[in-house]
Amino acid sequence: MSIAARRIGDVILKLDNISLAFGGVKALTDISFDVLEHEVRAIIGPNGAGKSSMLNVINGVYHPQHGTIAFHGEVRRTMDTYTAATHGIARTFQNIALFRGMSVLDNIMTGRILKMKANFVEQAIWFGRARREELENRRKVEEVIDFLEIQHIRKTPVGRLPYGLQKRVELARALAAEPSMLLLDEPMAGMNVEEKQDMCRFVLDVNDQYGTTIVLIEHDMGVVMDISDRVVVLDYGRKIGDGTPDEIRNNKAVIDAYLGVAH
Amino acid sequence: MSFFFEVLIGGLLSGVMYSLVALGFVLIYKASGVFNFAQGAMVFFAALTCVSLLELGFNFWLAFALTLAAMVALGLLTERFVLRPLVNQPQITLFMATIGLTFVIEGLAQMFWGSQPHNLDLGIQDEPLAWIAQTTGMNVSKFDLVAAGIAAALVASLALFFSRTRIGRALRAVADDHQAALAVGIPLQQIWGIVWAVAGFVALVAGLLWGARNGVQFALTFLALKALPVLILGGFESIPGAIIGGLIIGASEKLAEVYLGPFVGGGIEGWFPYVLALLFLLVRPEGLFGEKHIDRV
Repeated sequence: MSIAARRIGDVILKLDNISLAFGGVKALTDISFDVLEHEVRAIIGPNGAGKSSMLNVINGVYHPQHGTIAFHGEVRRTMDTYTAATHGIARTFQNIALFRGMSVLDNIMTGRILKMKANFVEQAIWFGRARREELENRRKVEEVIDFLEIQHIRKTPVGRLPYGLQKRVELARALAAEPSMLLLDEPMAGMNVEEKQDMCRFVLDVNDQYGTTIVLIEHDMGVVMDISDRVVVLDYGRKIGDGTPDEIRNNKAVIDAYLGVAH
Repeated sequence: MSFFFEVLIGGLLSGVMYSLVALGFVLIYKASGVFNFAQGAMVFFAALTCVSLLELGFNFWLAFALTLAAMVALGLLTERFVLRPLVNQPQITLFMATIGLTFVIEGLAQMFWGSQPHNLDLGIQDEPLAWIAQTTGMNVSKFDLVAAGIAAALVASLALFFSRTRIGRALRAVADDHQAALAVGIPLQQIWGIVWAVAGFVALVAGLLWGARNGVQFALTFLALKALPVLILGGFESIPGAIIGGLIIGASEKLAEVYLGPFVGGGIEGWFPYVLALLFLLVRPEGLFGEKHIDRV
């Protein structure tokens, strides 16, 4: 699938001069990059490079000390998590953050919460809008379940599922929100080869069918080079590379960071 | 045999009333993972406020509505000034905060309304139902039956509310993982506000029913302690658990009093539930309906 076929659009997210420190530890230093609408943008880097911190800045878990975040042209000093959700940013977490006591179906239904408008009283008496919305959203959730091929575990409490499936359910919950941008923090970590292939297919299908912009962190270089349109490389909290997979492959600084330099 | 059933039914009916108190704990525990020690004080505050308004000559429904408004306000204020500043603190900190809250609420109640015990008459007689007595020979109190009916209806509707609606689902999500809940767009503060308000409503109903039965007095705050064995049996996170736990505690304490009591000199009704709860802790610490958390190594 070529970039042109997916009609890459304008800049949807632009980060400028982001610096984030925890006490004396500098997690991110002066990082700027942008994300175009409908593209798959990867963030890579060795362990501790600041990849997850970057994602946490975008969705407002962390508030950087410097820099600005512009989403859909609206410039902010910092994002906050709830605002990010209401503006169409959904995400998955590195250490799966599902609601463990709830079933797969209920977990995915929480992804629809922002789409449901019935007020407290209507819900209390299970009347009119509350009832209609519940059914509509349930239908939407079933679409997501079909899409990710998890029909058979619909009623299972997520705590009982194997790791790979939990990751898939977390993706389903994010997709249920019909986000315009999806942040994936190591969606394929700890998976075997087949599970990784499935996950790659899902990510590309989401991007292709719904036009969702995807920002992902991944360690598997093969995967990253295959599925992303552009790649940002971080090392020790600094940006050391930014470009298409081919450009990154031939970038001297990136090769040094990954393979080490002779001293 | 009819005597056995009479005791059993009496026990089950008072058990439903225990469920009602336990329910207030379950709601808040589910949403914020906090054992709200102040629930008993809320019951007392609600009952005292309502009965005092009645004595000032308000009509029952008006007094009920005013008290409800006061309870909702109390709940929202608690969320704003106690819970919100303590977000992400360890659970023990929140628990300590609710202990502090207990004394504040008790103090407020007595500051406004004084510390006199009051009688509360809901207009339901505490007398045996004639037709049951005639057909089966058993004495079943009309008050107990009506109170149990009200409690059962309330418990059932809340259980449905929390399993079938968006707010209910959001509530369970918040209980599980604050960060993930925020990331899917659940407004944490709004959910906590709602939960505390609903807990206030439950406290009001419990306060009125218990107040009508035992008098509105300071001892109502100790009802909270009676809810503990119910919660241990039923599980802290489960509304159905609160119902079943309440029924078991109510029935077993009455049966134990009548059938075991004479052998040990009586008065075992007061502590039997705790023994039951202790035994239960050894066998099934998460409770009958509690969520069993499986940790992977």
